Amino acid sequence: MIEVDHLSKVYGERRAVDDISFTVGKGEVLGFLGPNGAGKTTTMRMLTCYMPATEGTARIAGYDIFEQSVEVRKRIGYLPENPPLYPDMTVDGYLNFVARIKGTPSSRRGGQVGDAIEKCDLGEVRNRIIGRLSKGYRQRVGLAQALLNNPEVLILDEPTIGLDPKQIHEVRTLIKSLASAHTIILSTHILPEVSMTCTRVVIIKKGKVVAMDTPEGLASQMKRAERVSLTVAGPVDAVRAKLSGIDGVLGVQAEDADVPYSNYIVECKLGTDLRRVLSAAVVGEGWGLLDIRLVSMSLEDVFIDLITNEREEGATAPAAEGGTHGGGDAGDAGAGEAKGEE
Amino acid sequence: MQYVLAIWQREIKSYFVSPIAYVVLTIFLVLAGLFFYGNLTEVVQFTMMQAQLGQGGQPIDVPAYVAQSLFKTFTVILLFLIPMLTMGLFAEEKKRGTIELLLTTPVGTSQALLGKYLASLTFLLILLVASMVTVSPLFVFGQPDWKPMLAGYLGLFLYGAALLALGLFISTLTENQIVAVIVTFGASLVLWLVNVFGTVFGGSSSGPAREVVDYLSVINHLDDFLKGVIDTSHIIYYVTFSFVGLFLAYRSLESMRWKG
Ligand SMILES: Nc1ncnc2c1ncn2[C@@H]1O[C@H](COP(=O)(O)OP(=O)(O)O)[C@@H](O)[C@H]1O
Ligand SMILES: [Mg+2]
Repeated sequence: MIEVDHLSKVYGERRAVDDISFTVGKGEVLGFLGPNGAGKTTTMRMLTCYMPATEGTARIAGYDIFEQSVEVRKRIGYLPENPPLYPDMTVDGYLNFVARIKGTPSSRRGGQVGDAIEKCDLGEVRNRIIGRLSKGYRQRVGLAQALLNNPEVLILDEPTIGLDPKQIHEVRTLIKSLASAHTIILSTHILPEVSMTCTRVVIIKKGKVVAMDTPEGLASQMKRAERVSLTVAGPVDAVRAKLSGIDGVLGVQAEDADVPYSNYIVECKLGTDLRRVLSAAVVGEGWGLLDIRLVSMSLEDVFIDLITNEREEGATAPAAEGGTHGGGDAGDAGAGEAKGEE
Repeated sequence: MQYVLAIWQREIKSYFVSPIAYVVLTIFLVLAGLFFYGNLTEVVQFTMMQAQLGQGGQPIDVPAYVAQSLFKTFTVILLFLIPMLTMGLFAEEKKRGTIELLLTTPVGTSQALLGKYLASLTFLLILLVASMVTVSPLFVFGQPDWKPMLAGYLGLFLYGAALLALGLFISTLTENQIVAVIVTFGASLVLWLVNVFGTVFGGSSSGPAREVVDYLSVINHLDDFLKGVIDTSHIIYYVTFSFVGLFLAYRSLESMRWKG
């Protein structure tokens, strides 16, 4: 459905998008993941024919974005980073206008607008002035606009940015419900978004594709070690020394080292399960073993791995706190320092 | 063409949803009324003086004289008001990000431009038609020749159309409509006054340079229309001026797409 072919964009001296290629099959939801400034918006602007590419091209539904731009524009629904709204119009008036400029014949316009309003749950505000709506509603009006004229491809640039957790949840649910009828590319710099909504992920960094796989595939592909988490009641230094001495253990990190019992993350050689050995060692010393389990490497760890330049061997990535914890802002500067908890 | 119509309609509505339409119409009509009154009393006093002094000669055609000087004041009023009609056309689209919507739907650059330009021309037409209210007393109290007036209106429309195209172009250059309105006014004023500069610096000497300067002035081409003469060369000047404005606007939008 979407074939991106060695696409590049140069702004003056800066290569914002550098020779990226990927394809998206019909019905897929592709997550386009990267830190701020990675080139996500630029790529989407090229795919939507807003901006001509410096090199390379792409085809959408078989049409070239440059040569057959009108055909492409008829087949895409685009939600830019800032929803393109006219604050002085009503929701209804706005959606009718957009349906019109997308070429929906007047006989079908009313039905299209009604459908979009229903899908995006805008019934209550359809006669309100857009300028007076909350951020969450505006985002949904932006999404509704993208759905008009029933496009084959939806291109959504950071659709959940700036929303509160409840609204984020609503928008994600909405996107998932759209996946059956459309091929979707959505960009984000937030990790949970892709594992929650996408069937495939493309990770870009400084304009280059650094990884491309299913969310699960990425996590297993990037896995370098098995990890076991233990909670032990006992003297921290002694526990750490004991665990480090076990054959097959690559490293031990203690967390919350002050409380009566501490949590340890033990990295073990790939392909081993040392839970039995570890628990025996702890119990053998007379310490209390309160908890032991395998931890799988989260997508967040993979992401941080990929967007930071190098990971020190053996060090564990900062544990994900779940929720909407951003992947750090690699920005324009060398991405090496991006591993902060911001 | 259906896209041009959609853009045109939205733009007209937005003139009347925002205060701009009412502000512009009110200013225009109030000023036009004041100047009409002023001109009329002046002419009446002048003719009365002439009669008292017993000078013979041709009695002046009061309605024609009043209409002509009224049209001259219209040109000045339009110079101030037209930038207000074009300031938001693209600057606001850029600020709101809706330009990205227009250019990623089948509408595209040229149809978006055309729809907006036609909307501003429509508003100009509305202004000129409304201004007939101030001219109408001349018809109530006399029988002025309406043909020269029609020529005057044609001239005013072409002059306005040229300035609108200039304003449209300037509106593509910025996201700030206040900047757009000021720069458009400044640029229009310069194009108005080039022949004055010509007179100041070049004296009354005639020469090719002087001719070029005189040709460029947006106001020089209006005199014949106001006298009731329709000359194709002046029509060509204003139409060309408008096309250049639209072309520059088109190029500016395209280059914005390249640069992002
Ligand atoms: N119009 C522009 N002119 C110059 N540089 C730009 C422009 N737009 C984006 N950039 C630069 O290109 C890079 C990629 O930007 P962008 O595509 O917006 O990234 P993202 O959407 O992933 O945050 C950034 O370094 C940004 O500063
Ligand atoms: Mg972006």
